[in-house]
Amino acid sequence: MTPAAAVRDAAIAALVAFGLFAMLVGLRTDVSPTGGLFLRQRWADVALLCGIVFAGRLALTLWLGRRALRPSTGPTPLTLQLQRLGRFFAPAMLAAALVLPFIPGIGRYELDIGILVLTYVMLGWGLNIVVGLAGLLDLGYVAFYAIGAYSYALLAQYFGLSFWICLPLAGILAAFWGVILGFPVLRLRGDYLAIVTLAFGEIIRVVLINWASLTGGPNGISGIPRPTFFGLPFSMSGGEGSFAGFFGLEPSPSHRVIFLYYLIFFLALLTNWVTIRLRRQPLGRAWEALREDEIACRSLGINIRDTKLSAFAIGAMFGGFAGAFFATRQAFISPESFTFIESAIILAIVVLGGLGSQVGVAVAALVMIGGFEVFRNLEEWRMLVFGAAMVVIMVLRPRGLIGTRTPTIALKEKRIIGKDLVGEGRG
Amino acid sequence: MTAPDDRRPRSEGDRRHPRGMILEVAGLTMRFGGLTAVSAVSFAALRGEITAVIGPNGAGKTTLFNCITGFYRPSSGAIRLHRTGELPVDLHGLPGHRIAQAGVARTFQNIRLFPGMTALENLLVAQHNKLMAATGFGIGAVLGLSRYPKAERQAIELARHWLSATHLLDRADDPAGALPYGAQRRLEIARAMCTEPTLLCLDEPAAGLNPRESEELARLLQEIRAQGTSLLLIEHDMGVVMKISDRVVVLDHGKLIADATPAEVRADPKVIAAYLGEGEEDEVEA
Repeated sequence: MTPAAAVRDAAIAALVAFGLFAMLVGLRTDVSPTGGLFLRQRWADVALLCGIVFAGRLALTLWLGRRALRPSTGPTPLTLQLQRLGRFFAPAMLAAALVLPFIPGIGRYELDIGILVLTYVMLGWGLNIVVGLAGLLDLGYVAFYAIGAYSYALLAQYFGLSFWICLPLAGILAAFWGVILGFPVLRLRGDYLAIVTLAFGEIIRVVLINWASLTGGPNGISGIPRPTFFGLPFSMSGGEGSFAGFFGLEPSPSHRVIFLYYLIFFLALLTNWVTIRLRRQPLGRAWEALREDEIACRSLGINIRDTKLSAFAIGAMFGGFAGAFFATRQAFISPESFTFIESAIILAIVVLGGLGSQVGVAVAALVMIGGFEVFRNLEEWRMLVFGAAMVVIMVLRPRGLIGTRTPTIALKEKRIIGKDLVGEGRG
Repeated sequence: MTAPDDRRPRSEGDRRHPRGMILEVAGLTMRFGGLTAVSAVSFAALRGEITAVIGPNGAGKTTLFNCITGFYRPSSGAIRLHRTGELPVDLHGLPGHRIAQAGVARTFQNIRLFPGMTALENLLVAQHNKLMAATGFGIGAVLGLSRYPKAERQAIELARHWLSATHLLDRADDPAGALPYGAQRRLEIARAMCTEPTLLCLDEPAAGLNPRESEELARLLQEIRAQGTSLLLIEHDMGVVMKISDRVVVLDHGKLIADATPAEVRADPKVIAAYLGEGEEDEVEA
């Protein structure tokens, strides 16, 4: 659109706005001090509103017009720049996360947020395997988080097993349930799969509420053992057998928080490492191929059911690890923590970050969970800010923060694949 | 009417070709509700030959193809793959991915590549089963304890071979979806060949290609045949069919009306009638 046409278009929009606002804003009946009604005229406000509409419309058409000129395939210059930045961005973020507990001014509160963010980074990375790589829309991911948490809580309560034994068991149990869920539902596609996984998430929660004799029902399970430093508890007594006593440190409650922080940091990195490795392996490539075209996969001799099940199981396993961590961190769990909104938040992180993008998911988790905490003093406005931010991201970057795809292998050089070509998966 | 379990060997074909047949279709019938798309079709594709399936639109060619490659389960009849030194495999009872594993690869009428993956990645996905076995089914590979690097190098070599055979070597790192149409067709053939099939089934490989590209395609298919893979193709481009096929099977209204050499088919009055609509083609006996 030429600038002249854009101005004309904006003028028409302003005219329409004037027609609307002249009566709605421009004229107002008020009660005069004498008790009678009189007509107040507010033409300045109308002019202001029309001006805003004019400027907004003009900016929008000029900006959209500029965008329409770009070729649709291939990464945009901005994306390329971001990609170049990204090469330093990810290590920088990693380094920042690594030294966070020792940065002066970082207290207990900041570390707690850090732990929360990293938990969601890990959950996002776990779900990214299912949704981002294999293209299976899973709305019940929180079920595996719950299974992990309850696995640890119950194993610790009934059998007195330590966290380090329960952690892999929680992952295995969650993966097992992932397979159990996967078997019947993986022949479903897209929306149908989403609804069944949503139901599965709810079923797990309802079972946890109603099986009161095992899970404590709505009261949850309290007194879950806290993690130990490979057998050394973080007790405040500072005795010989405690963490502080063994290393000759002043007993401090922050030791445990720092330990928890590094624990989830390590677990999240493990998730990332396994995902990155798997993506370069035939299994990960088969997941991505499945997302791109299931029928073509079948014609190449790929067993679709097994491939989908493996994605489901591995994604669920990391959800289970995160759940076990959640249980040991909180020392108390109840079905309240595993409602559908959790699944929705994790899915939102994956979608906002960009399906399949590890860095994107981490940034989205930081923005969503961290941002949510930062805006805590906005009180009830917080949800509004949050919602608006999501809308803005989805309008500006409909394929998520990073929608492009990096090839897993190349003969000469790896070139970024534009987001238009990358499939989203239909189940 | 041919009985569904008819499996007469094509004796004249066997005599001509001592290596015998590779694919045997016997009494194949496919019904969709009241519509019989393929009716009691029997023929054989011979080892080391290019067999073309032709026929007017709606003759049941693609249905036949989908039965052979496991996308449809036939209503009755049998499809058998004869591999050298092995027992014949009944394809009609196998799920789609097992048919591909048995050595039947296919391409699609409307190209089905993985558009967001590079050409090279497309060819590596095609070697999934071989690579997967080398990784110890995923677990070994994550830990880095396997024969995987060597297997991957071999897979890349095979991919490179087919990329250069299809003149796509310089596009190897481009996303498949960004390739021009003719290149996508060639890449799909390369991808099918990377599964190292004994029988390659091509669904209208020349559709949408210009004459020069058709020419190249014909050369590529002959090369593939020379390397020992048998081919079965559906094609509308008679120039390509008559030039490269060793045998032509003609379908009309779901029935087999001819199964002969290209020259014989060209002279067959039933085939001419089916294509040009002369006479009462509905009454033509199979």
